[in-house]
Amino acid sequence: MKFVNHEEVAAKTKTRLTKNTLLKGVFAAATGFGLVVLAILLYRIVTQGSDYLSFEFFTSFASRIPENSGIKAAILGSVYLMLVVAPVSMFLGVGTAIYLEEYAKRNKFTNFIKVNISNLAGVPSVVFGLLGLTIFVRFFDLGISILAAGLTMSLLILPIIIVASQEAIRAVPNELREASFAMGATRWQTILRVVLPASIPGILTGSILALSRAIGETAPLVVIGIPTILMFTPDGIMSTFTALPMQIFDWTKRPQVEFHDVAAAGIIVLMGLLIIMNSIAVFIRNKYQKRY
Amino acid sequence: MAMNEPQQISVQELIAQKSNRGLLAFTEKLIPKILFLIASVSVLTTIGIVFTLIFETVTFFTEVNIFGFLTGTEWYPFANSTPTYGILPLVVGTLKITGIAILVAVPIGIATAIFLSEYASDRVRRFIKPILEVLAGVPTIVYGFFALTFVTPILRSIYPDIAIFNALSPGIVVGIMIIPMIASLSEDAMSSVPNAMRDGAYALGATKLEVAVKIVLPAALSGIVASTVLAISRAIGETMIVAVAAGSTPGFNWDVTGSIQTMTAYIVQVTTGDAGYGTTIYYSIYAVGFTLFLFTLAMNMLAQFISKRFREEY
Amino acid sequence: MTTIVKPEVKTAEKETVKKNKSSVYKTEQLNLWYGSNHALKNIDLDIKENEVTAIIGPSGCGKSTYIKTLNRMIETIPSVKTSGVINYRDKNIFDKEYQVEELRTKVGMVFQKPNPFPKSIYDNIAYGPRIHGIKNKKILDQIVEKSLRGAAIWDEVKDRLGENAYGLSGGQQQRICIARCLAIEPDVILMDEPTSALDPISTLKVEELVQDLKKDYSIIIVTHNMQQAARISDKTAFFLNGEVVEFDETDKIFSNPSDERTEDYISGRFG
Repeated sequence: MKFVNHEEVAAKTKTRLTKNTLLKGVFAAATGFGLVVLAILLYRIVTQGSDYLSFEFFTSFASRIPENSGIKAAILGSVYLMLVVAPVSMFLGVGTAIYLEEYAKRNKFTNFIKVNISNLAGVPSVVFGLLGLTIFVRFFDLGISILAAGLTMSLLILPIIIVASQEAIRAVPNELREASFAMGATRWQTILRVVLPASIPGILTGSILALSRAIGETAPLVVIGIPTILMFTPDGIMSTFTALPMQIFDWTKRPQVEFHDVAAAGIIVLMGLLIIMNSIAVFIRNKYQKRY
Repeated sequence: MAMNEPQQISVQELIAQKSNRGLLAFTEKLIPKILFLIASVSVLTTIGIVFTLIFETVTFFTEVNIFGFLTGTEWYPFANSTPTYGILPLVVGTLKITGIAILVAVPIGIATAIFLSEYASDRVRRFIKPILEVLAGVPTIVYGFFALTFVTPILRSIYPDIAIFNALSPGIVVGIMIIPMIASLSEDAMSSVPNAMRDGAYALGATKLEVAVKIVLPAALSGIVASTVLAISRAIGETMIVAVAAGSTPGFNWDVTGSIQTMTAYIVQVTTGDAGYGTTIYYSIYAVGFTLFLFTLAMNMLAQFISKRFREEY
Repeated sequence: MTTIVKPEVKTAEKETVKKNKSSVYKTEQLNLWYGSNHALKNIDLDIKENEVTAIIGPSGCGKSTYIKTLNRMIETIPSVKTSGVINYRDKNIFDKEYQVEELRTKVGMVFQKPNPFPKSIYDNIAYGPRIHGIKNKKILDQIVEKSLRGAAIWDEVKDRLGENAYGLSGGQQQRICIARCLAIEPDVILMDEPTSALDPISTLKVEELVQDLKKDYSIIIVTHNMQQAARISDKTAFFLNGEVVEFDETDKIFSNPSDERTEDYISGRFG
């Protein structure tokens, strides 16, 4: 007696194959969903906002009249904000990554730092806003300034930069460190002259992606309380300011539908900035990929 | 080898002259200490967050009964005569958004992961993954705008009883926002299932579907669950989408068609308004923020626990 | 494979320079553990200057561990513990005051896999002098040329010193690494299976180079290739299971070993 009836198996195989094809279609459709949503989102925003996107849009301040509204203060504010966030977050992030990868001993405290970093990455941005409001704005009395907001944002993206830098540093082959040590170089000389030059593309790529997260982040700015209607541009890091996502938020909240179109124009600019930053990151990644 | 230059140099002698061992040894001792201080900033940040939240929350509870806060079903902080601070309506609002988001994101995210890991060719994968990355990189304020100006009108045209501000639209959009997260983390888990396991099933005549569902999914389950828990944490903490599109009416009910308020949206409402420093309302955002922090922290730690505890060893 | 016959010429050459050499490395009762694994057991070796000393033995016998102990590179592995003495020029390298950077400035190392830095050829060679404080461009130029000539690769790369060293072939890369090592004019060069990643022609070039470098440097070379040891070395140490079984003139080791295990190994009965 045979346990396997081959005729029955053959009959079932057909339905099994149909099921396979069917579900492959379902899976592909699910994958397509994300792409379609992205396409619709971009299309909507471009068609909605393109009417307001003019030269004047970049050179005007915010206004009560939709046609006169612009992003001069907002975009300059965002640029200033990045001028604080980029150096601070990279200094702290790369420093931490070097410590963890090159110096830290395997002990409980090192482990604690690592667990702490991954937990920090999961803290909602609005909570970082509360931190910034309490510590930087009030406790250190920096006021609602570019510096206060910049430091808050730096801490927010710090985990991203640390993890990206750690990966880049870890990717430098140990043979290069050994070669340097064998020449009588100290650890710091080796890091400065061999490890960092080799890992800088990876560090830059990760940092730019982290900065592009910071430039679109709104919640911490809202919590810190930065204004939305500002008739002047910042003149230093202690100056009060507004930022692009903040301006978009304000326009989106307005009841007049015209302001939604102005918001869409602002979003086009913001997304444009993001695309530029991401392209630079991808360019660096591809240009310097796998040199060793 | 022969370099009969007149001024023959001895490198070792030069080194002995030039190199400053004392200075080098000093920097070698100093640098790790500086780097250690830098690395401590991330720890200080956590301490700062926890202390800020605890400190201001304690102040809040000197004015508001903690038991009433935790069990109260009415949240009317702006009421002129008798403001009430019962957080449950805000928690319910957050749960509504999170629930809808998960209903949208988990099936689509996992299906996407299965497609990318089991069905798609290398070329398709290389085309789709960057697009998913872009989707993940869209600022949340943009998603909020999309929810309010696109998704809500569509929902209202289908079902006119839905209010302009409602839970459904931002819930769906938060779901869209976390799809890339679930998809990419689940795909990582699936593609790390060794091919030998797949080959064993294929050799017995299994279809791709059977391999995906019966071999790969169970093997990658811990990674998929961990990614979902992380996504839940993201949804709980999501701020701008709900602040823009969900409204500001905290309610203790399970209706998703009307205006609601989440914990995050409440913080935004207060900080964009003119509640003065030192008022009970001002301190209430820290109590709400602390609750929110505990929720997300619990989810993050759960995700870490799952991926550590149930990590598959191949 | 049976016994290996050494070319006659070299033997004669060696007889003349045999006397009056002082020790560069004197190892006494060296023991080394990786955690609980006893990797080197009571090693005693006396290595003379201006000689090529080969260290042979089967995989896992401790030969690489030993050579990495000589410039204390082994300490990059966290669980390593040592006891005993290694005197380099009459100073114990395990002494607390002995600065490891100073030791490594005197003792160069060439690794198994060519490991040039992802920098230009020039910067690779100038790396050592620069970290030790030599910044003068003219002097650096001189050092770079001299080192590249010393490693017999000057003619191949002199027109592209600015190019990335990764563009070179494996054999050229290894000679760049040797040149990099020569740039600080070390006293001793340690070579850890320097030809194991190279093709036969590049191997030959490196072997010729080793013969040439012997005039100015003391060379200690680990090799898993017995013919190579026979071809290029003056003395050979045979390691087995973390112990030195035999250490003698290369000719003697390969023609008339005193230990049975050495004979078994060189006649290919194991390893």
